Amino acid sequence: MIVELGHFALILALALAIVQMIIPLIGAHKGWASWMASADPTASAQFFLTAFSFAALTYAFVVSDFSLQLVVQNSHTDKPMLYKVTGVWGNHEGSLLLWVLILTLFGAMASWFGGNLPPSLKARVLAVQAAVTVAFLIFILVTSNPFTRLAVPPFNGEDLNPLLQDPGLAFHPPFLYLGYVGLSMSFSFAVAALIEGRVDAAWGRWVRPWTLAAWLFLTIGIALGSWWAYYELGWGGFWFWDPVENASFMPWLIAAALLHSAIVVEKREVLKAWTILLAILAFGFSLIGAFIVRSGVLTSVHAFANDPERGVYLLAITGIFMGGSLVLFSLRAGAMEARGVFSTISRESALVANNILLAVSAFVIFVGTMWPLIAELIFDRKLSVGPPFFNLAFSPFMVLLAAILPIGAMLSWKRGRFTKQMKPLWGIFALSLAACALLWAIQTGRSALGPVGLALSIWLVASALLDLWSRTGRGGLSHRLGRLRRLPRADWGKAVGHIGFGLTIFGVSMLMAYEYEDIRVAQIGESYTVGDYQITLADVQDVEGPNYLATVAEIDVAQGNYQIRLRPEKRVYPVAGMPTTEAGIDNGITRDVYVVIGDPQANGGWAVRTYIKPYANWIWLGAIIMSLGGVLSLSDRRFRVGAGAARAPAAKSGVPAE
Amino acid sequence: MIRVIALTLALLVAMPSFAVEPNEILDDPVLEERARDLSAELRCLVCRNESIDESNAELARDLRLLVRERLLAGDTDDEVIAFLVERYGEYVLLRPSTSGSSILLWLAGPLMLLIAVGVGIGYIRGRKLATDPVEALSAEDQARLKALLKDE
Repeated sequence: MIVELGHFALILALALAIVQMIIPLIGAHKGWASWMASADPTASAQFFLTAFSFAALTYAFVVSDFSLQLVVQNSHTDKPMLYKVTGVWGNHEGSLLLWVLILTLFGAMASWFGGNLPPSLKARVLAVQAAVTVAFLIFILVTSNPFTRLAVPPFNGEDLNPLLQDPGLAFHPPFLYLGYVGLSMSFSFAVAALIEGRVDAAWGRWVRPWTLAAWLFLTIGIALGSWWAYYELGWGGFWFWDPVENASFMPWLIAAALLHSAIVVEKREVLKAWTILLAILAFGFSLIGAFIVRSGVLTSVHAFANDPERGVYLLAITGIFMGGSLVLFSLRAGAMEARGVFSTISRESALVANNILLAVSAFVIFVGTMWPLIAELIFDRKLSVGPPFFNLAFSPFMVLLAAILPIGAMLSWKRGRFTKQMKPLWGIFALSLAACALLWAIQTGRSALGPVGLALSIWLVASALLDLWSRTGRGGLSHRLGRLRRLPRADWGKAVGHIGFGLTIFGVSMLMAYEYEDIRVAQIGESYTVGDYQITLADVQDVEGPNYLATVAEIDVAQGNYQIRLRPEKRVYPVAGMPTTEAGIDNGITRDVYVVIGDPQANGGWAVRTYIKPYANWIWLGAIIMSLGGVLSLSDRRFRVGAGAARAPAAKSGVPAE
Repeated sequence: MIRVIALTLALLVAMPSFAVEPNEILDDPVLEERARDLSAELRCLVCRNESIDESNAELARDLRLLVRERLLAGDTDDEVIAFLVERYGEYVLLRPSTSGSSILLWLAGPLMLLIAVGVGIGYIRGRKLATDPVEALSAEDQARLKALLKDE
C-alpha cells in the first residue's frame, strides 16, 4: 500500500511539474503576479511528494519487501541495515529517483530562499527547473519505474553488488547527485536570464551560491569515489580515467570555471555571455554524464542497468535541453553587452585565462572519452583511449593553471601593475624553484613529476597564505591578526580553496612519482623488508562475515619502535557470487603502508603485496579543504543579507577595484 | 545447513587473485621494470578499461607473460608493442597511436587551446579599447553638464 502511494505521489509530482513549467512562464510574460506566484506552492509540493515517494521506496528496502522487483534485484535479508538503505540508490531506478528528489529539492530551495529575486526572474527560474523535472519524471515513470511489483514474490533477494556495500561508496552517489543536479539551478538561472534578456551584476550574485554549492558537493562526491577506489579495488589507484569518472570530472571543471567567471560578472559586469554559456554547458555535461553512465554506450566498471531504450531517452533529454538553450543563447547573447573595461594586466584577464584552461581541459577529456565511439562510427577503427593519453593530454593544463593562479589572485581588478603586485611573490617563486631543484638533485634520474608537483604546491599554498596576509594592511602583529579574523569570508574561501588545490597537486604528484611496490610469496611467520619497513606475515585465517566469507591475514608492519598490525581481507559474497579485496592500510601523514593478501601458493605460503604510498591522503585532504573553501565562500555576508533587488542598482554603477 | 550451502557456493565462485602474481616476476629487475611500464600501456582486452598490469583476468595474465617472453627474447619496447598490435589490433593500446585519423585526437586539445587563447586575447583587447561606461557621460548627462557650465 505504502509502495503504491509512493508511486502515486510521483505521478502527482509530474502533474504539478507540468503546471509549474507553463503557468509561471505565461505569468512572467504577461506580468500577472498571481500566475507567477503559483510557482512557489507547486515547487514545495513537488518536493514533498517526491520525498514521500523516496521514503516509500526506502521503506520497501528496509522491510525487505520482496514483492518489489527492485528490492529483489538489489537487496537481501542478511544485508546490514546501512546497506539496505543505501541500496535504494545503488541501482538505476532508485538512483534516478534520488536524482529527481534532489532536482525538486533545489527547485523548492530556490522558491524558499529566492525571496529577494525579482518576481519575473524567479517565476522563470522555477519554470525552467520544472521543465527539467518533467523530463526526468516522465523518464522514470515510463522507462524505469522503481515501484514495479512482482506477481510471485521470491523468498529472498539477489543482494546488492558487494563492491557497493561500503561506507565510502554508500554516500558517494548522494553527494555526486547534489553536485550534478545542483548545476541544473545554474542552468535554470541562465535560461531564465536569456528569456528575460537581462544579465547584470545582481544575476551574477544570485547564480554564484548555487554554482558554489553544486561545485562543492561535486568535489566531495568525486573525492569519496576516488578514496573508495583507493582502498577497495586492491592496488591503491585513485583515478582511472574511466568514462564514468570523466563524466563527473567534466562538469566539475566547467563548474569551477563558471564559479570564477560569475565573480567577474558580479564585480565587473563583463564576460556575461560566456558565463551564461558555461552555466548551460555545465549542466549539459551533467546530462551527458547521466547518458554515459546509464546508456552503456561506453562500458565501464560503474555502468549499471544498461538499456538502449533508456539511452535513447536520455540522449533526447540532453538534445532537447542543450539544443533549446543553445538556440536561445545564440538569439539573445548579442544583447548582453559588457559594461566594464579592463586592461591586459588585470584580475579579469587572469580569470579569462583560468576559464580558458579549465574549459579546454574539460574539452580534452570530452574528446578523449568520446573518441573510441567517434573512431568506430566515423573512421571504422576500434581503439582505446586510456590513462596514458589522459595523463599526457590533461596534466599540462593543470600545471599551467597552477602556475598562473597565484599571480592572477594577487593582481587587482581593472588595472593591475605586474611589477608592483608580483613583488611579494618573488620570494615564494624562488622558494618553489629551490625546493624543485633540491628534490631533483636528491631523486636522481626519475621523472620530473615529483619536483614539478612539489614546486607548484609550494607556490600555490604559500602565495594563498601571503594573499590573505597582504589583505591585513599595515600595523602591528596583533592588529593584523585581528584584521585577518575580520576579513570577508569570501577572501578566506578563496585562499582555502586554492590551498586545497595545492595540497591535492602535492598528493597526486608525490604518490605517482615515489610509490614503492613489493610483490612476493611469504610463508606464515616470514619477515622481510620493504623500503624502511619490516613486514611480517603473522597469520592467515578464514572468517565468516554477516553476508560474506573472508580470508583474513594478520600482517605486522614495523619501523624502529613503531609497530602496527594490519588485517587485509579477501572476501567472497556467495549470494552475489562476487569476490572483493579489502586492503589493510596504515594511514599516515607522510605515507600509507598498504598491504593486500593474495592467493595461497601451491608450494605453501601466500602471495602478499605491499605498497608504500607517499602522501596519499593529501589528495583527499586537499579535496576536502577545497570544498571547505567553498563552504566559507558560501557563508559570506553578501550571499546572506540583502543580496537582492534593493542593491542591484547600486552594483550597476561599477564596483570599485579592491 | 545454511553454513554448508554458503561454503559450497563460496567454493564455486572464483577466488579473487592478484594482478601481477609473484611467479610472473622476472629475475632481472631492469627487464621487470620495463615489463611493468609496458603493461600499464596495454589494455586487458576482455576487461572494462583496465590495463593488463591492473587486471585479474586470465587473459591479462597471458598477455603479461607474453610481454615478458618478448622482452627476454631481446625485443625493444617498441617491438613488443608492435608485436601485440599486430596480434590484437590497436584496441590493445591504452595510449592511441598518432597515425591516421587518431592525430585528430592528439591535436584536439592543443588546437582548441590556440583558438581559445586567440579569442581570449581578442576579447581582452576589445575590453581595453572600449569606452568605460562609468567614465563616459551619456548624452543626457552631457546636456546637463553643458547647462550647468552655461549657468556659471
